[in-house]
Amino acid sequence: MTIYKQELRSQKIPIIVWSLSIGLLIAVCMLMYPEMKSQMEDVNEMFSSMGNFTQAFGMDQLNFGTLIGYYAIEGGNILGIGGAFFAAIIGISALLKEEKDRTAEFLLTHPVSRIRIVFEKLLSVFSVILILNVIVFVLSIGSIFMIREEFGWKEILIFHLAYLLMQFEIAGICFGISSFLRKGGLGIGIGIASMFYFLNIVANITEDAKVLKYITPFGYTEGSDLINDVNIKTEYLIPGMILMLSGILIAFIYYRKKDIDS
Amino acid sequence: MYVIETERLTKTYGKNRGIDKLDLKVEKGDFFGFIGPNGAGKSTTIRTLLGLISPTGGNAKVLGLDIVSDSKKILRETGYLPSEINFYNGMKVRDVIRYSADLRGKRCGDKANELSERLGLDMNKKVSELSLGNRKKVGIVCAVQHSPSLLILDEPTSGLDPLMQREFFNILNEENKRGATIFFSSHILSEVQNYCRSAAFIKNGRIIISDRVEKLEETGAKKVTVKTDKGNEEFIFKGDIKDLLRSLSAKSPTDVTITEPSLEDIFMNYYE
Repeated sequence: MTIYKQELRSQKIPIIVWSLSIGLLIAVCMLMYPEMKSQMEDVNEMFSSMGNFTQAFGMDQLNFGTLIGYYAIEGGNILGIGGAFFAAIIGISALLKEEKDRTAEFLLTHPVSRIRIVFEKLLSVFSVILILNVIVFVLSIGSIFMIREEFGWKEILIFHLAYLLMQFEIAGICFGISSFLRKGGLGIGIGIASMFYFLNIVANITEDAKVLKYITPFGYTEGSDLINDVNIKTEYLIPGMILMLSGILIAFIYYRKKDIDS
Repeated sequence: MYVIETERLTKTYGKNRGIDKLDLKVEKGDFFGFIGPNGAGKSTTIRTLLGLISPTGGNAKVLGLDIVSDSKKILRETGYLPSEINFYNGMKVRDVIRYSADLRGKRCGDKANELSERLGLDMNKKVSELSLGNRKKVGIVCAVQHSPSLLILDEPTSGLDPLMQREFFNILNEENKRGATIFFSSHILSEVQNYCRSAAFIKNGRIIISDRVEKLEETGAKKVTVKTDKGNEEFIFKGDIKDLLRSLSAKSPTDVTITEPSLEDIFMNYYE
């Protein structure tokens, strides 16, 4: 696991920066909750009367006045965008950075099979995402404890599990795409994450576009579904996991034979 | 036994040629120079042998193993120094050298320390702060520390000062005496002439000549320098010496020098 350890070491600073940024932002939002609660009737009314905008972010089916509803909307947006971008960057750069930074020649002239390189890199991508989510989870739950509010563990755990799987899916897809690339990549990764995010917004606004929920991983991280059903919608999750596995499989197949140019 | 043996080895990039039906043989224990101008296919040959790129035709064996199916086994016994070497930013020299040994599953601390000392390498410096020459030194330690059976070096002396070049060749000579085969590509023909026992010239992706260095020098050709009133002329002559003398006297020279051609003269003759 030499490559795995090296990858984790190299990601130390990005993990700390991204985890603290996402986690502390959620914590700050949660610390504001007691003050917001008294004004929630007005806020609820305001948010429920914004038409398509309300639907786009699933606020028509969540109660902003409850802690879990507030958490699903605020935490969901922060962790959704932040986590998706982080997963995309980590996923697309794991293999690609070796070629971009011209270290591939060093790594690939050591007696390690390409399968092992892909496997250890993939494992490091998932580990890094897991570490980020654990830190974010601890900071979020810590902030809820600080404001001494009641909450359902089950809802919170399902919520975080869905967001973790969403990030795994984006990372897996980006990992597969990166095996074809030689340069760039970061823009493509962020573009993919943004595209998925906006596809979900479109699917929320337009009934005819509901089919998009089968494509975007944000389809199964809809706060209203997670909190109200206390379940992840398998009809959206299964296609997502198939997409993730396809990305991983493509990386294993393609990287084995990829020409590493100087 | 041949340590490197290629048979009609070909690599094309779309319509562009990399190497074309390349036949090359390097004997075990040899000190082999691989000579050619930029774009001749030296690096493509090396990268194909090491499995960085896949051949599009022909086949090749390194250490008796197939370069496509046994790449990992080949790399276990090989040390490689690329022409342009880059390491992971943020790592110290010591970390890079240890990472390289860990990837080989070997402990090479003593030899790595000895090599670093000889090359004057500061193990505590960050690799991102190193000059090209110092990065090369790190590469040399990574390539040699595990005492490989085969050392492949792509233009190894670029960036090294003359003192370090001498120390580098001392190290290569010691490795060669230990039994390692040395295969290196170079533009600097004096290096090949001074250190190599065999050499091959590559042109347009094909080997044009490959032999012992002394045989390459014994071409029967002469380097002729003629001084006349009109100026100086220098050329390589191969043929009947009487014809040469006849043509020289026709030029009414004021001075004539006839010497054995250096490897560089032979090289220029092949490529001009």
